[in-house]
Amino acid sequence: MCGIVGLFLKNPALQPELGLLTAQMLRVMTERGPDSAGFAVYGGARHGQTKITVRGLVPSDMAAFEKGLLACAGTGVTFLSRDDHTVITVPTEHEKTVRQFIAAFGHGVSFVASGDSIELYKGVGLPEDVATRFNLAGMSGTHAIGHTRMATESAVTTAGAHPFSTGPDQCLVHNGSLSNHNTLRRQLVREGLTFETENDSEVAAGYLSWRLSRGERLDEALTASLADLDGFYTFVVGTRDGFAVLRDPVACKPAVMAETDDYVAFASEYRAFAQLPGIGNATVFEPEPQRVYHWEHA
Amino acid sequence: MSNMQEIDLAECTLRDANSQLQGEDVTGAWVIRNPRGRHALAVGLTAPVDVLVDGQAGYYAAGMNQRANVTINGNAGPGVAENMMSGRVHVSGNASMAAGATGHGGLLVIDGDAGARCGISMKGIDIVVRGSVGHMSAFMAQSGTLVVCGEAGEALGDSLYEAKLFVRGDVKSLGADCEEKEMTPQDLAHLQSLLDRAGITEYPADSFRLYGSARRLYHFHVDNAAAY
Repeated sequence: MCGIVGLFLKNPALQPELGLLTAQMLRVMTERGPDSAGFAVYGGARHGQTKITVRGLVPSDMAAFEKGLLACAGTGVTFLSRDDHTVITVPTEHEKTVRQFIAAFGHGVSFVASGDSIELYKGVGLPEDVATRFNLAGMSGTHAIGHTRMATESAVTTAGAHPFSTGPDQCLVHNGSLSNHNTLRRQLVREGLTFETENDSEVAAGYLSWRLSRGERLDEALTASLADLDGFYTFVVGTRDGFAVLRDPVACKPAVMAETDDYVAFASEYRAFAQLPGIGNATVFEPEPQRVYHWEHA
Repeated sequence: MSNMQEIDLAECTLRDANSQLQGEDVTGAWVIRNPRGRHALAVGLTAPVDVLVDGQAGYYAAGMNQRANVTINGNAGPGVAENMMSGRVHVSGNASMAAGATGHGGLLVIDGDAGARCGISMKGIDIVVRGSVGHMSAFMAQSGTLVVCGEAGEALGDSLYEAKLFVRGDVKSLGADCEEKEMTPQDLAHLQSLLDRAGITEYPADSFRLYGSARRLYHFHVDNAAAY
């Protein structure tokens, strides 16, 4: 069991409430996944700037970290810390050197995600506590994806919490379990990918990133995954401009969607929608198995 | 409606609500307000009461029902009316997967579509779906009747025993040991009575096709001995 939520706003007037609405949905999914939680929030893209989320930066290391960053990216760097996560905004041309600096920094600091608009936070504990630590309710943006985890395939750690990000502005959350993830991980490692955990869902994220890096569209990559991923899954995949949903052919793992003129919402169970505005008049449906559903901002 | 007794889940717990309805001497008509997709609404009822769930229901709504008449004014989550023994459950919207699973008796009516595995392992329940049903519906169905006014997904009636499946629209594929059957006058009359009880007047009984068990999986076949 795990819980998944997603919210894609069509009406820009709702953007200031994205975090609040996502936090409410995430809290309702606690019973499906009480051991850890995480969420990706998309928004605030600025031309020429890249956001990098890192975690594990403690105040005593901050000065050394800042000094090193300034040395490799100059003065155009900004920081925003939320609990043990920090979002660094750097000029895009310096992203590669900054990533190398983060990888080499040590002191328990690890890279989480990067892209034009993605910020990604995750941690161990009850979903409500995780959301509160990062002040999810105060965040705004265009779309968000969240996950509440009940671990089955690997340990309860921050790294093992969802979402997993394995490519620029990409993230994936998963309810289910994959049975061929070790084989697939070895194949992807040979293709040059690296993995942070033993988690099956990270392999699914890596698989999609690998396909996207070869120029495939998201719907093509997801369709290909039906043949290559063996197991149970409902996936929600976030990209810079939207999100996509896919269920395996057996479709044991639940999924329900709600659409109004203002938003498209996804959840493992309907009750996560109960507090969304205008839900009484939403079109509520279950995504069909083996069919890729995809929403994007124009 | 004025003499309906009201339970508001915005003000009381689910356990309190179900306890009120589960008494053997409970009578009359009840309405559950603000269900908001909660699980296990109106489960285990044994008295012949009328219960209206006024909104969306979560998992296992009206499960294990005996004698009660439960109406869900919205969509129902997985396992609605699972293991129903008798009585009637009516969903005005869509139902998720495993609607009416393992049901022994009573009537389940779904005005919208039902998801995957509708009527899985049914054991005597009658299910009428005005819309379509998903894949693996009536898997291992043992007895009872599934009526589908729309279409059926992949592998309808896989490993079927003696349940009868009436489908009006296309069947994407039949499961192992399920085949189309000739409809007898008794079958037609049985289907017509179920359509009448479900309030469906727009589809004539002779516009349906009947599917049932080919009975090839019932017994060990000596030709398969080498497989063991």
